Amino acid sequence: MLKIVCPNCGERHYTEFRYAGDATKARPKHGSGDLRTWHDHVFLFDNPKGAHREYWQHVLGCRQWLVLERDTATNNPGRSWLASEAAPP
Amino acid sequence: MKSLPHRLADGGRIARDTPLSFTLEGRSFSGFAGDTLASALLANGLTLIGRSFKYHRPRGFVAAGCEEPNGLLTLGEAGRTTPNIAATMTELHEGLHARRQNGMPSVDFDLMAINSWLAPLLGAGFYYKTFMGPRRGSWMFYEPFIRRAAGLGRAVHERDPDRYETRYEFADVLVIGAGAAGLSAAFAAGNAGARVLLVEQDSLLGGQLLSRRLDDAGETWRAGVEKALATCTNIRILRRTTAFGLYDGNMVGLMTRHAPGQPQGVRGEAREVITTLCAKSIVFATGAIERPLVFGDNDRPGVMLASAAQTYLNRYAVALGQRIVVATNNDSAWSSAAELARSGAAVTIVDQRSEVSTTLLDGARAAGIAVELASVVTRALGRRRVRGARIAALAGGRETTLACDLLGMSGGWSCTVHLTSHTGIKPTYRAAIDSFVPGALAGGQFGAGAIRGTFSLPQCIREGSSAGASAAQFAGFNARAAGPDHAMTLALTEEPYSTEPVRTAAGEVRGKAFVDFQSDVTTRDVSGAQQEGFESVEHLKRYTTLGMGTDQGKTSNINAIGLMSALRGQAMASIGTTTFRPPFTPITIGALAGRNVGQHFRPVRRSPLHDWHASHGATFIEAGPWLRAWYYRWAGDTVASAYIKEMLAVRNAVGISDVSTLGKIDVQGPDAAEFLNRVYVNGFAKLPVGKARYGVMLNDDATVLDDGTTARFGETRYFLTTTTAQAGEVMSHLEFLQQAAWPELQVQFISVTDEWAGMSVAGPKARATLELALPGHDFSAAGLPHMGCRELIIEGAPLRVLRLSFSGELAYELYVPADRGVRLWERLLESGAGFGIKPYGLEALASLRIEKGHVAGLELDHRNTLDDLGLGRMAGKDKAYVGRELRERSELKDPNRWSLVGIEGLEPDARLRGGAILFAATDPIRGHGRGYITSVTWSTVLGRFIALGLYQGGLAHQNEEIACAFPLKNEIVRARIVSPVFVDAQGERMHV
Repeated sequence: MLKIVCPNCGERHYTEFRYAGDATKARPKHGSGDLRTWHDHVFLFDNPKGAHREYWQHVLGCRQWLVLERDTATNNPGRSWLASEAAPP
Repeated sequence: MKSLPHRLADGGRIARDTPLSFTLEGRSFSGFAGDTLASALLANGLTLIGRSFKYHRPRGFVAAGCEEPNGLLTLGEAGRTTPNIAATMTELHEGLHARRQNGMPSVDFDLMAINSWLAPLLGAGFYYKTFMGPRRGSWMFYEPFIRRAAGLGRAVHERDPDRYETRYEFADVLVIGAGAAGLSAAFAAGNAGARVLLVEQDSLLGGQLLSRRLDDAGETWRAGVEKALATCTNIRILRRTTAFGLYDGNMVGLMTRHAPGQPQGVRGEAREVITTLCAKSIVFATGAIERPLVFGDNDRPGVMLASAAQTYLNRYAVALGQRIVVATNNDSAWSSAAELARSGAAVTIVDQRSEVSTTLLDGARAAGIAVELASVVTRALGRRRVRGARIAALAGGRETTLACDLLGMSGGWSCTVHLTSHTGIKPTYRAAIDSFVPGALAGGQFGAGAIRGTFSLPQCIREGSSAGASAAQFAGFNARAAGPDHAMTLALTEEPYSTEPVRTAAGEVRGKAFVDFQSDVTTRDVSGAQQEGFESVEHLKRYTTLGMGTDQGKTSNINAIGLMSALRGQAMASIGTTTFRPPFTPITIGALAGRNVGQHFRPVRRSPLHDWHASHGATFIEAGPWLRAWYYRWAGDTVASAYIKEMLAVRNAVGISDVSTLGKIDVQGPDAAEFLNRVYVNGFAKLPVGKARYGVMLNDDATVLDDGTTARFGETRYFLTTTTAQAGEVMSHLEFLQQAAWPELQVQFISVTDEWAGMSVAGPKARATLELALPGHDFSAAGLPHMGCRELIIEGAPLRVLRLSFSGELAYELYVPADRGVRLWERLLESGAGFGIKPYGLEALASLRIEKGHVAGLELDHRNTLDDLGLGRMAGKDKAYVGRELRERSELKDPNRWSLVGIEGLEPDARLRGGAILFAATDPIRGHGRGYITSVTWSTVLGRFIALGLYQGGLAHQNEEIACAFPLKNEIVRARIVSPVFVDAQGERMHV
């Protein structure tokens, strides 16, 4: 089972969070982009083995959306940061 | 108290001053505190403990621990009945009631034992091959009979009166297993200052040490360490606790059983507790399990593991034989044999090896043990009890018979690698000890003792000590030197261990040679599987059911792998093991559920007006997590009669309904208007203050997410409502957009669902009611027009009034702080009394909206689009909104998509049903049809049943005849597609 570091609340059990999908792709700007751009954004995902970035929301905590690095092969969690902020270097 | 046939006069770890009585199938027996149910039964001379799964062969105990395959009993009575409990793991307590299983009519006289003679027909795969014909579905017919004939204990239907708990815990170092290595590891980790949790499935600490004599040097060490551990405040010990599963991130599932003998539930203690434990590091000291040997009729009662015979003798003071044969391929059985010989029995060792160490030979000679080298046991004699053993020299020659009343066997030791393998780390084979050992462990995981193939006591202690120190260090503690008192360990002698792979005599096996006792799998089943091509261990397992019993093949898996390796002529290592999965030993559903049973299965949310409803005749219904008033007794005793009267009250006078369960979100900020304008498909940028608007929001993929009304109470203040069911989903959606997608917008929002009580006042007399209840405020058509909203202050608290209508009548929604809810509700009832105001429930509320064709949760199925729901014209043409781009997908523009229609029966008295499948009039009634009915009600206005539904092509088929099929009741009703707005299509009633 996973322990996730919430940038606000610290290390928490994963059951406090809700998993919310791939965070590797930039969302097209609101009102811009055509059907194809949005189709690719909403429906096409890689399924990598190894390092991955995902959205999680701390629903039973501070309700912040965050980006979590997780290794899909080992399930080991890595760094995490608020979705409203840029990825750390 | 009369002495028991097999109980020794002294010795063992039983309390002879605490006798206990218990029953087996109503017959009384006695034992002592410290006994297990198994040791007590054996002390009483009861060796026939059950009938085997398939052949109904008589069976006795094979083991003394959790690996026991045969000794499964049903314990307890009525709701406390628990089937398939290993008697070897059950501590005896006063008044214990036990029953044996799988005998027809009884275990002692079992008619089904005829299966044993039918055995040639009953091999692996027999049932599936035989009972598949003659027709499809035949298996369904035969299965109940087969299940009854073959099987274990039965669950009962009575409610379990006991309480179970689940909880979480944390530790720096978790030590699993309190044998020599585990005790030593816990001590070392504790010494380093770590918070240590030591778990042991047994009631006592010591593991295999408990099977040694009390005057053994190992016991001196064990008792010393136990005492030392008790003084360490940072070391907690959980006895009767099984670590049943290892999960990611060093998380371990623990199950703790209640100590026996205390009446459960009386003092509120849980019968079983499941703990989810997070540890920084883990020491696996889970030991090893002795393997049986596979020879003819090796399942006769009285044939048991050599170490188990030693355990019964030394720990429980039960001497099981006077003439004992011990068959083996390794050194450890020699010390078991020596212990058995000390009890005065005549012991013969039959070892397949042609050479063994002189130490062993000298020891045997000194103990008076006869030794047969280069020989194996080929068959056990006797039926309900072993009477002798057939012995063959591996070099060939005539077999001899040795009479015996106990046949000990030891085919080597299998390291208990179950837990370490749970996260997918494959165990690796080590030939020197003929066993699999843990693979490369993950960070923070350490192994010590027999699990690593270390079988000498002093070495186990040293390994434990160093693993404990390493684990503490991993958890961030400075390991200081030394484990438990080294002076004590110096007194222990090294005990080398050697073995070789099992060998068998030439020639065919006579009798049945069982590989898996519990699943009744023989050597013939294994070779049959190989012949039919089920060669991989995973296929072998599923074809023969080997290892699939409650014991999960603890005694059988390695022997099966060995057999398959010989059959295929491949090395053990390349055959590999089957996948190890939790739980290590069975855990009860009760423990997994914990307190989440009955009402606690899911928490219930109640409206602030709940108590009022309850005390005024409301019947409640679950709506998502909410309990909502369904209908009221004033209108009728059943929902079918009540909701119609409630609807009539709204249509003809005025009704009041609790809408507190709607999701409510307070949205504020300079960019709130822009935010809402992006979220909703329709325009919100120009919504004036004092106005409300119905809005629909989409997912990115253009399916409808939710609908609701949002009111603007100030330049930068909005009050957004969602449907009851989607409140949480919408909140997360908005939070994502604000935080992740558009962080540049200055807007904040918070859920205020619980802060406000909401009520809807609807009907021609709604305005008059409000004017009386809230005098001095202007509710006139001009003062508060349709879709207008006002914020008033009543008695010092805010009151929000929104004029909007779900029912199609003149209607207002009123919101006050939750604690003011009942006061306002009663005030409105009082004021409306003269007009005949009545409370109405969810059923009437939903029915009124069906008459108006408003969509709700049943129609919003997360697959339909705006156009499917007839809402396409709402979408702004010149504005961007979430989901806009993907609305343009060609598939979503297919005119044949299932979309919203109204349905009414052709005959006035036709009964429509929710979920009915819709067909065109000319279609055959078969398959999934062209749509289905989502919502149905009796229309008080039209005097007939009406429905909403989704239908292929939607309103393009208006006025066409359709058939509504409801196979559950064998009904087919003729109906017609109509507009979904059944009542007041022009909306005149609400615009007054």
